[in-house]
Amino acid sequence: MERPRMDADIVCVGFGPASGGFLTTLSRAILNPDGSTAIESPSVPGLPLQVLCYERASDLGFGVSGVVTRARGLRESFPDLDPAQIPMAAPVASEKFLYLLDPVGASRRPALMRLADVAIRALGGILRVEDDAMELPWTPDFLEKHDGLVLSIGQFNQWVGQQVMGVAQIWPGSPVEEIVVEDGGVAGIRLVDQGVAKEGKPSDGFLPGMEVRSALTVVADGPVGPIGRQLDKEFGVPDGHQTHDWALGMKFVVDLPETCELEPGTVIHTLGYPEPEIFGFFYVHPNRVASMGIFVPSWFDNPARTAYRYLQHWMLHPAIWRHVKGGRLRSWGAKSLQESGRRGEPRLVGKGYARIGEGSGSTNVLTNSGVDEAWTTGVLLAEGVLDLLKQKKPFTEENLESAYVRRRRESWVDKEGRIAEHARDGFQRGIIPGLAGMMVAGLTKGVVGMPGKPMPPHQRVPSLEDYYRGRIAPEEIQAIRKESEAKGISVHAALMERAGWPAIPLDGELLVSHQDALLIGGKVHAPPGYADHVEFLYPRECESCGSKICIEMCSGQAIFPGENGRPAFDREKCVYCGACLWNCAKSNPQDPKKSLIEFHAGAGGLHSAEN
Amino acid sequence: MPDYQIVVCGSVVPDPLQTLEPVSGPTGPALKNEMMLPAWLDPWAGHALYEAAHLASHNPGSKVWLVALGPKAKLQQVMMTLAQKAPFELIALDGSASGFTDATETAGAIAEAIQAIPGIDRTRLLVFGGWESASRGAGATMQIVGELLGITDQFQGVDGVGIGVDGSLRILERIEGGRHQVSICEAPPVVLGWATGDLPEPRNNPQVGMANMRTIMPALQKAKPTKVGAEGVKFLSVSLPKQARDTKIVKDLTPDQIAAEIVEWIANK
Repeated sequence: MERPRMDADIVCVGFGPASGGFLTTLSRAILNPDGSTAIESPSVPGLPLQVLCYERASDLGFGVSGVVTRARGLRESFPDLDPAQIPMAAPVASEKFLYLLDPVGASRRPALMRLADVAIRALGGILRVEDDAMELPWTPDFLEKHDGLVLSIGQFNQWVGQQVMGVAQIWPGSPVEEIVVEDGGVAGIRLVDQGVAKEGKPSDGFLPGMEVRSALTVVADGPVGPIGRQLDKEFGVPDGHQTHDWALGMKFVVDLPETCELEPGTVIHTLGYPEPEIFGFFYVHPNRVASMGIFVPSWFDNPARTAYRYLQHWMLHPAIWRHVKGGRLRSWGAKSLQESGRRGEPRLVGKGYARIGEGSGSTNVLTNSGVDEAWTTGVLLAEGVLDLLKQKKPFTEENLESAYVRRRRESWVDKEGRIAEHARDGFQRGIIPGLAGMMVAGLTKGVVGMPGKPMPPHQRVPSLEDYYRGRIAPEEIQAIRKESEAKGISVHAALMERAGWPAIPLDGELLVSHQDALLIGGKVHAPPGYADHVEFLYPRECESCGSKICIEMCSGQAIFPGENGRPAFDREKCVYCGACLWNCAKSNPQDPKKSLIEFHAGAGGLHSAEN
Repeated sequence: MPDYQIVVCGSVVPDPLQTLEPVSGPTGPALKNEMMLPAWLDPWAGHALYEAAHLASHNPGSKVWLVALGPKAKLQQVMMTLAQKAPFELIALDGSASGFTDATETAGAIAEAIQAIPGIDRTRLLVFGGWESASRGAGATMQIVGELLGITDQFQGVDGVGIGVDGSLRILERIEGGRHQVSICEAPPVVLGWATGDLPEPRNNPQVGMANMRTIMPALQKAKPTKVGAEGVKFLSVSLPKQARDTKIVKDLTPDQIAAEIVEWIANK
């Protein structure tokens, strides 16, 4: 069957905050106030500029996360922004950091931290220790979000989508398989084939993915999007570019109990528990709803790391549980965060393409801010594109460099990104050097930092036997491994309980099994007729992997032990967090910088816009 | 070949994957966070639309309209996905699509919208819709639409329609016992309340989407505010079926074992 083709002027890959900023700015200039055409389409003369945006998820705002943001870029785009118009949005009312002590005795804390814990408990009356938590007396300026907003990015994206629809067309449920490379540049995109079997072969109702040709392709497919990686492969990356720093953010959206007294806009950050490497967040939305969760970073060297189980232990900490006990799980989700920041910046432009958003290295890893930065990169690109359109200049690399990259270099996003470049390096050596390095980098505006070299998991994550040395005997680990393989489940629950973590007292409301979270909160959906998007490139290599972090870290239990211990994939459970992409414990035999897992374009995933 | 004017009546319902919770709002019963819940075209109406598009594609000169009554913002959201499925022209009515509307008022607004379609021709008119709804379920709306339009040939629970060489319509209606009753209808106009039909959901076609969107946005902009809330009606109680989840993972059970386990589970409930 011949591949269909159509033409447009600008095609955008992915609809998130970056595309939101791009399309908002662009769409305001395409039509005149009276509705007549201000910028005519070169591809379809007589019509306004034809701008299409293809989004992988089944609807706008599915599968993204809740945030607290200073909203500087958002307010520049919407000077009269009224948070009440955006569901679940609230101005930040208060913000605090809590250092969480270990109430169960299972946390693997460094000696220095254990000593500090003893001292904090001893001085509890003076240090205002309550519910096994100490409020930090001071929040550094660079971390504060006091003038910002608490948002559900899902609801925010839907709101933005409503503003731009009509001028730009946004099409959810439309994964982009690859870019069309031609004459040393990008000439458009190709959507995924439909009506295929799980291994990708044509099946009932086969429809080859449409090729959409455009003068400019805007790539905003986030940190785990396949188009960004394809661009890196085709056109190379700048010297010093690295993307080894990651985190998995996992969260619950919770209906808070009537007894909870937290005001909308309350922001609580936590550190110290359940493991020192895991950070927590608690944001209160209007109408007694909260987004709450944890970040599990790539430098947390636990080969059986799991976000879901740790999230439940975090929630059960007395300082958190006091607010949520009696509440109810409403939604749930997970997302990978690219935490290399500006050092993960790829080539931003080339002939016929430009990159914006998180996948373009815009996240600020010192201020822990990404949405505002991503939005602003989209705005900057749109301003540059409008300049080129008005001057009738083509989208060459040189013109895009001048119109977009120059703007970006002069922006606050880039200036602050440079300050943050090495702020987290210390975490590569542990939590204490990491926190110290971040503080020093923040206070010296990035002049001084703590050294550390980010590395992929296969170079740094130890074996299960090494990680649990002195706690669990190798023979016992092997027995747990075998038993789990036979049951087709991950090993982390058995290992954690053996290492002292208590069982989770499931209540069916807030504390539910991982599988029930998929049903109650995630509403995971896998439309038929699409291929599996997670591919194990060297299954035999996987057989010999003793860690299989991909299984442990899988947010939806979509990766599980299959035949001969090889990981297997169930698309119907995948929430598209992309954790498997950076949680493989083996290097690719053909390209040691890569892993044994490929993460393709795919349809479906979470079916909730509250995240 | 006959060139039909096919008008599909269909609106949005909350995404069936969501957890629904009835609450009392200022204007009566409502669903908690209804405007935040993802929405989708009512699945019964979806079957009707896909059958209409299929029929139109095999009868050149035919045209499909979709008359949708729902909150404008939700209609816009659903159109972003639906518009890629099949060619149609949207007629939007801005009103409630919750489960707490009145079938007569809804049918009245829809019938009025159909009559207002420029160039509508009763001799070519096929009115499609779902015989049921995932949110209202009165099973009456399509029948009332037909009555108001003066269409007496009405069929409910339709699973198929064929065109005879003489232009007659051969209609399969569900009857008891899993069988179909076959009716021959000489000519339009006719009302068909669809059951499931036998067509799969069409693949997304970006070209169809682009073409549809040129009429969808203007239709949404001029969507007429429509009251269908059965004002003055008091709901004494509202409830949803209780959900029970009891998840466990088992492997290699035979169908008999699975059946026995389900029977035991039901017996213990």
